[in-house]
Amino acid sequence: MALLQTIALTKRFGDLVAVNNVNFTVHKGEFLSLVGSNGAGKTTLVNLISGQVKADTGQILFADSDITTSRVSERIKLGIARSFQLVNLFDGLSVLDNVALAVFSREGKVRNLAVLADADRAVRAEAMGVLDLFGIEAQWSLLAGGLSQGERKLLDVAVAYALKPTLLFLDEPTSGVGTRDKAQIMDTVSAVVRAGTVTAVVIEHDMDIVFKYSDRVVVMHEGSMLADGRPAEIRANKEVATVLLGAPVPT
Amino acid sequence: MSAATEAPRAVRLRPFTMLLAVPIVGLALVPTTLDSYQTLLIAYGLIYGIAALGFNLLLGYTGLLSFGHSAFFAVGAYSVGFMVRYLGIQSMELYILVGIVLSGMVSALFGYICVRHTRIFFGILTLALSQVLYSLALSLFWITGGTDGLRVPRPNLLGGLLNFTSGGFPRFVSYYYYYVLVLFLACAVIMWVIAHSPFGKALQAIRDNETRAAFLGLRVRRFRWAAFFISGTFTGLAGTLWVPLNGLTTPDVAYWPFSGEIVFMTLLGGFRSFAGPIVGGMVYTYLKAYAVAVTDYWQLLLGAVLVVLVLVLPTGIVGAAARLFPRLTSPGRRD
Repeated sequence: MALLQTIALTKRFGDLVAVNNVNFTVHKGEFLSLVGSNGAGKTTLVNLISGQVKADTGQILFADSDITTSRVSERIKLGIARSFQLVNLFDGLSVLDNVALAVFSREGKVRNLAVLADADRAVRAEAMGVLDLFGIEAQWSLLAGGLSQGERKLLDVAVAYALKPTLLFLDEPTSGVGTRDKAQIMDTVSAVVRAGTVTAVVIEHDMDIVFKYSDRVVVMHEGSMLADGRPAEIRANKEVATVLLGAPVPT
Repeated sequence: MSAATEAPRAVRLRPFTMLLAVPIVGLALVPTTLDSYQTLLIAYGLIYGIAALGFNLLLGYTGLLSFGHSAFFAVGAYSVGFMVRYLGIQSMELYILVGIVLSGMVSALFGYICVRHTRIFFGILTLALSQVLYSLALSLFWITGGTDGLRVPRPNLLGGLLNFTSGGFPRFVSYYYYYVLVLFLACAVIMWVIAHSPFGKALQAIRDNETRAAFLGLRVRRFRWAAFFISGTFTGLAGTLWVPLNGLTTPDVAYWPFSGEIVFMTLLGGFRSFAGPIVGGMVYTYLKAYAVAVTDYWQLLLGAVLVVLVLVLPTGIVGAAARLFPRLTSPGRRD
């Protein structure tokens, strides 16, 4: 069952066609990886779906609703959340406040200016629970700006996860961290996402991670869809290997 | 959830909080222990503290630097002048009510225009709009009194329970000081709650990372507008409280250098802490009063202080004190 569908989605930046007539489908409950070389259009596609940039032409359908022209806030209410390639946190707030703010927003309490945020024990307990899931609960009182890069990556995902999305986009959740930390981050993220029955789309360059964690892999190249299949099918696809590695993988 | 991850108790009485009792008791004793001039200066300091607290909701918490807060201070002050001149009203409570409504309306209007932009464009817009009000205060002299301004006699307090038609200025200053102190404490508590509410956290999130805040579902421009509205209204209230003490309002309070003074006091105290603007308002009042008494070039002196402040104490007096006495604040957290 398709949770998300883009129909002939196109985005141009001047003469550059960043996303070209893309028909992209995400099924409910899957862990999908979106791969491609730099400039393939992966992040632009996610930006279009999440509402950060507007599409030139085409349509975006989410849970049977046309969200092509919807505001970011409306898309979030419908259940689309995302993390960012470059970690986007509120560095002047505590780790707990970063997550609590997402909970306040989701519950429609964020406009409340007559009570102390810290006094809402239910929200704080939920935020602590999310931090616990991601293994960073011990750092709850630190400023987010004081975390290590790996912890920041996890917090970035945790903030998006706290919105309780139906569809979660993770833009390179392991970029900028060491090889050892990558596996730890992906183990944590995939366990949380699968346990929470969230549909996840991960943009990732590390093909070992892609093949290990994904149910399905979509390959983009120069703004268009190049391939779509199970990890084993993508691994065996010579055209994909040529595009991603410059030469087919020797068998 | 394990015991280790239970929601931590949020609100704890820290030494810093308990130390608050000391300045509050000290402030309450001012009219009985200090002379009228010192009481007057501290009353001015408290009023500027309210203005700077309001200003800092925009600068410190929302990340928007306004160069036009003189406009709201002036609206608060002139609303009193108009009520005296055209309606013969002498009730301080009515002044406050009307001052809050009018400065709130002007803040809402200016905010609607200004929050469409950020950074230098926001600052320039606030500056330009405040100077429109300044020009009106000057040019509509048959209404505003022009450069002569509007005189404001000592008002009645507490619904007429206290009036000052007889008795000297010291008596008025003593009673008015307590009136200002109570409102100052109320403003400080209200602003504390706002700053530490979910709304206040959202403003800080917008300050830190506008894009991510939008991807939490926050309507960034609306939050900025609400912050602008609250900020301008607080500063307007300060203008309303200031004018009976000064006895006169002139276009000077709408002029851009006065906006600069509000920026100065906030930086002086420290815009990264809640108490910074209050301390800044008080210290600035004393700095200016004594600098004016010492030299004709008092602005040069204050300019030098500002340069030193930015270079040596970028976090202001409170920020520097927090570094000197780290036990007063929790590690890694900010008040």
